[in-house]
Amino acid sequence: MTQPLSPQFLPRDQLQRLLDGLHQAGHKTYGPQLCDGAIVYAPLNTVEELPQGVEDHHAPGSYRLKENGSQRWFDWVSTPQGIKPLLFKPREILWRATRDATGAIHFKNPENSTEKVAIIGARACDLAALALQDRHFLSIEQTPDPFYAERRRHLFIIAINCTRAADTCFCVSCGDGPKCEHGFDIAMTEIEHGFIIVSGSLQGKQFIKPLALNSADPAQLDEAAQREANATQQQRAVPSQNMRETLFNALDHPQWDDIASRCLSCGNCTAVCPSCFCYSEQAAPQLDGNSTEQLREWDSCFTQGHSYMHGITLRNDTRLRYRQWLTHKFASWHDQQGRSGCTGCGRCISWCPAGIDIIEELTILSDNRGVADDA
Amino acid sequence: MMHNPHRPHRARIVERIQESSTVFTLRLEFIDPELRNSYHFAPGQFNMVYLYGVGEVAISIVSDPKSPRLLDHAIRTVGRVTHGISQLKANDIIGLRGPYGRGWPMVEAEGRDVLVITGGLGCAPVVSVINYINQRREQFGKLTILQGVKLPKDLIWRDRFEQWIKTPNTEVFLAADKGDPTWPWHVGRVVELFDQMQLSDNTIVMMCGPEGMMQACVHELLLRDIKERSIYLSMERNMQCALSQCGHCQYGADFVCRDGPVFSFDQIKPLFGRKGF
Repeated sequence: MTQPLSPQFLPRDQLQRLLDGLHQAGHKTYGPQLCDGAIVYAPLNTVEELPQGVEDHHAPGSYRLKENGSQRWFDWVSTPQGIKPLLFKPREILWRATRDATGAIHFKNPENSTEKVAIIGARACDLAALALQDRHFLSIEQTPDPFYAERRRHLFIIAINCTRAADTCFCVSCGDGPKCEHGFDIAMTEIEHGFIIVSGSLQGKQFIKPLALNSADPAQLDEAAQREANATQQQRAVPSQNMRETLFNALDHPQWDDIASRCLSCGNCTAVCPSCFCYSEQAAPQLDGNSTEQLREWDSCFTQGHSYMHGITLRNDTRLRYRQWLTHKFASWHDQQGRSGCTGCGRCISWCPAGIDIIEELTILSDNRGVADDA
Repeated sequence: MMHNPHRPHRARIVERIQESSTVFTLRLEFIDPELRNSYHFAPGQFNMVYLYGVGEVAISIVSDPKSPRLLDHAIRTVGRVTHGISQLKANDIIGLRGPYGRGWPMVEAEGRDVLVITGGLGCAPVVSVINYINQRREQFGKLTILQGVKLPKDLIWRDRFEQWIKTPNTEVFLAADKGDPTWPWHVGRVVELFDQMQLSDNTIVMMCGPEGMMQACVHELLLRDIKERSIYLSMERNMQCALSQCGHCQYGADFVCRDGPVFSFDQIKPLFGRKGF
C-alpha cells in the first residue's frame, strides 16, 4: 500500500487530460453515458460523452432520468450494472474442443486477449461488491478463476464519491458507503468547478502526478464534504447488518407466500445485483461439425433450471426461489464470506418490475411475532 | 493464460461394462502419461465426465484408490449427457477432470464397525466404500450393508451382493418395496430392517440415496444412539462447474462440490430435509 497524496484539485477542464493519460497507457476506458433513457457504462473517449447535468431518480420498480441544469457529470447515483460485467462476463467461452480428421478430440484454452481496462464512475457500493466477487472468484480455498483473475489484474478504477442518494440507496446501513474508503486507484468527489482527487494505489498516483495539480484549498474541501454529506441522507436501511439467525429462524414465515404472490421470478434482481455470481454452463457445437465451445452465462436462482437435477426441480415455486435468494444474500453469505452479500446499492429494488422492496420484506421477515420457530 | 481448471483432459475408454439395463461402468484412463501418474483420489470423490459437444456430468469414482490409473465410473442413463455417453465404446475419447469434493471418512472408520446404507439406484458412491473395506478387511470391524430398492430388477450388482453375503464379518440386508419370486429377501421399506440389526456403540454410518430415505434412516439411527457425527451422507445437487463457483450446488452456505458431496449429519442438520434447499 502507498500513502495517498493529500487531496488535490482537478479543475473541470482538466479531466480530459486524466482520460488521455489512461488512453496513452493503453487502457480502454469505460465511463457513464446516456443510452436509451439510462446511464450505462460504455467506452469513453472524451468528457463530452459524459452525462452532464443528469440525475437518476429511483423508486421500487422505477428508474427515471431528470435534467438538473448543472454542469456536473456525476450527479447520477447508480447505473443498471456496476463493475461486475467488466470482470465476470455475462457470457464467455471457457474452453474449446476440436475433433480432427481421425476423430480424436483436443481441448484448448480460448484465445487470450486481456486488455487493460479503466472504469470511471464506480461508487462505494460497487467497490464493496467488487470485493465480494474477488473473494468468490479468487478464493484461496479453490483454484482462482483464470478469466476473472486476468481481467482483475488489468482493471484500473476511478471511483466517484456519491453526492446524492437515491430513494433506493441503503449503503450506509450496510457499512459500505457512501464514501469510497479503499479498493480504488483514484477517488474523486465532484464539486462545482472540478474534482477533489486522491490516489489509492501507486498506479493511481502515477496517473495523477503528470497533471501537476495544486492541493485542494479549504473552501474546496468544505464544498466536497458538504456534497458528500448529502449522500448519507438515505431513506432505507437494512434491519441489521447480520440477519443470519433472523432469516434462518423465519423459513416458515407467511411473508414468503406474500412475496411469491407478487414476484414474477424474472431474475432481474439477480441480473443487476453486483454480488450475484451464479452461472450456467452449456456446450455450443459449431456448425462446421468439428469444433465446440463450452460457454458460461450468468444464471439466476429464479430460473427453473437452477435447482434441477435428474428430473427433480428442488425449488419448483417462486416462494422457494425468492427464499433461496434472500437467505443466500443475507444469511448464508455470512458463513461463506464473513459478512452479508448485500452492499446497499438498491438496484434490485429499482429494477424489479413488480416493485418488490427487499428492505420492506426484510423488515417484515424480521418480525417473528406469531411465527412458530421450528428451526 | 494461467491454469484453466474448467478445461477437461482427454481420457480413453478402456472398457465399457453393462451392469443393468440402465447402468453401465466406464473404465477410463487419462491419455496424458504425466496426469495418469500424478492423479489420485479418495473414495466418494467424483470426476466431471464430458461428452464431446453435449456437456459434462458429475460421476463418482467407484474403483479402488490404490489403482488410480484406471478409473471406474458407474453411470446411470438418465439425461441427455448420460444417454450420449452410454452410446460410447472402448477406445473412444472423452473429457475428464477431477477429482472433486470430500469423500468418505475412511480414516475415521478404521477400527470401527461400518454400516453402509443405500437406497434406490443411488448405490454407486457407497460401492466404493464396500470395495475399499473388502480390500483392507483387517483394518475395519463388522461391515453391515443395507440396501433398499423399489423393485427387484433395480438391484444392480446382484452377484456382488450375493458374494458379500458370504464374506466373513459381513452382514447384508436387502429390501424391495415390491417383491417377486426372484427376491428371497425382505419385502417392504428399508427402515424396517433396522430391527433385525445389532448396532455397536462404535458404528460409523455411510449412506447415500434419495433424501427421504436418508431422513428416515437418520431418524432410526439417532433412536439407536448413533452419534450425529458418526453418520455420513452423500448429498446430490445440480453440479455444473465442480469448482465451487457456479452456485448451483449450494446447500445453505456449503458448496456440495467442494464441502461435500459427503457430509457428516451434524454439518447439514439445520437444513437437512428442508424443502427448497
